[in-house]
Amino acid sequence: MVNAVTASIGTLSAVGLCKAFPQENAPDVVALDQVDLIIHSGEFVSLIGPSGCGKSTFLRLVAGLAQATAGTLTLDGQPIVRPGCERGLVFQDPTLFPWMTVYENVAFGLRVRGLYRQNSHEVLEFIELVGLKGFEQAYPHHLSGGMAQRASLARTLVNHPKVVLLDEPLGALDAFTRMGMQDEILKIWRQRGTTMVMVTHDVDEAIYMSDRIIVMSPRPARIEKVIEVTIGRPRSRDLPDFLRLRSSILQILHFTGNRPDLPFYL
Amino acid sequence: MSGLTAHNRVDDKFSFDKRTLAPLGGLLLVALSHRFIPDAPRYRPKVLADLSVTLWLLIGLFGMLSLVAPFAPALRRRLVYKSWFLAAAVVALGIYDLITLKLNLIPSLFFPAPERIIDVFITDGAFLLKCMAYSLRLLFSGYILGAIVGLATGVLVGWSPRWSYWVSPLIRMVGPIPSTAWIPIALVSFSSAYDASVFLVALAVWFPMTVLTSSGISNVRKSFFEVSSTLGANSFHNVFRIAIPGAAPSIFTGLFNGASSSFLTLMSAEMLGCKFGIGWYINWQRETLSYPHVYAALGLMAVTFSLLISFQLKFRDWALGWQKGTIRW
Repeated sequence: MVNAVTASIGTLSAVGLCKAFPQENAPDVVALDQVDLIIHSGEFVSLIGPSGCGKSTFLRLVAGLAQATAGTLTLDGQPIVRPGCERGLVFQDPTLFPWMTVYENVAFGLRVRGLYRQNSHEVLEFIELVGLKGFEQAYPHHLSGGMAQRASLARTLVNHPKVVLLDEPLGALDAFTRMGMQDEILKIWRQRGTTMVMVTHDVDEAIYMSDRIIVMSPRPARIEKVIEVTIGRPRSRDLPDFLRLRSSILQILHFTGNRPDLPFYL
Repeated sequence: MSGLTAHNRVDDKFSFDKRTLAPLGGLLLVALSHRFIPDAPRYRPKVLADLSVTLWLLIGLFGMLSLVAPFAPALRRRLVYKSWFLAAAVVALGIYDLITLKLNLIPSLFFPAPERIIDVFITDGAFLLKCMAYSLRLLFSGYILGAIVGLATGVLVGWSPRWSYWVSPLIRMVGPIPSTAWIPIALVSFSSAYDASVFLVALAVWFPMTVLTSSGISNVRKSFFEVSSTLGANSFHNVFRIAIPGAAPSIFTGLFNGASSSFLTLMSAEMLGCKFGIGWYINWQRETLSYPHVYAALGLMAVTFSLLISFQLKFRDWALGWQKGTIRW
């Protein structure tokens, strides 16, 4: 879904991106090897792959928390060199500041950028948007995992980032909360139209939520395949289109397993 | 049906609990033994009414509490909880009275009867309070100075690798030296004995504060800083909005340790030639063999320093309300 007004805001471009971690007495660990990728404004893209394939590293490079060893990485034409609020990152662990209430956590981005006085009403708006109305004065240790993750999402969104990066945001939640949160994230995405890049290890989640799925593979860490998901929204997890796509992705990831050679199952 | 529900009698609107009478019973026992058991003949003849008066005042107080208790559940609950301890404390006092005044089993010079100790509060009370005030002045000056410098040093060393490189070795060498060992140097470095004493107390507080602050800051989860920088925070914000609040539990531990160190150093620091002061008072009374005065001063110190710690920990509990568990005092 591309919002025509924000057509060119939030376009990420990676050309020949490489990231290697130097090791003592051992060859470098190559986390990303010649990654070429363009993520368009307003797109919802998932990165999927087994561990060690560089998907989280890619996200951290986009967030500015790490520097690439080679290649270019730009947002709307500007090279990415350091962290900034236009690229918000939602971590797997909510990482709410324990000494601040939910309200103060969400307002943090505005306070440090000096925009709190003008935009203080937005804090309550976003808290309500993520469904935490009534919990503004609660401390993080009072919240459940799902609630904390929602607060973390609100905290990132209040800065109106151009790109929202989600690093396995729902990995720590139970299955029911996860499905509910997937719908909530999609609802927010539909409302705001920001580019979203999500790293996940759950194939179903990737198919359910994304416009495009980038399948990555380790050793070497590069893009294996880019899949367009053309299924109409809202998507059903049990319909043939969905399942067909699921099985093809699992096959790419070599997870179809060995089917026993039996003439009968019963 | 009524037998199945757990019914706590202590929470009834009106209920009489015999346990609330325990302190009263103890007090009456001690008062009567003090009044009617004859004093030891060789005890230095000096009849004082102090203990009797105190006991009867306490009997009046606890009598009133016991009368009100059946009608006030909250008061009753607390009184019942404390009643055994209070009764035991009073009986212990009575036994001490027995050993010293009535039976003269231990040297009365060094172990005065309770009435003599209470007498000191009456005759010398104002001077005792004055000495305590002088001590507190020294204590607060040294403590606040040491805490602020310790906090600043700790933040610098915990946050900046460059500061840590130059200052950590200093902390490691200077810190562990007990501040009382600095007395000779302090005396010649400062123009007045009072300044030297303040320096010594501050030094005693500085070390735990610095170490705990810097380790608190180093131990703040790196992910907090990653989150804050993706939200637009710069170094200033990272230090003051993330690092210091994140290190607050450690900092409060440092304040508490600093408090204990400061009490210790205070006693020695007062020997440098300060005017008055409770440590000086104890020493002076010991030299003139007035042991009741020593005990009275010790009692005053116990109450005052205990209150100081209580205030500090109450403040801590308020400031660290966001944490799940705190030191139980």
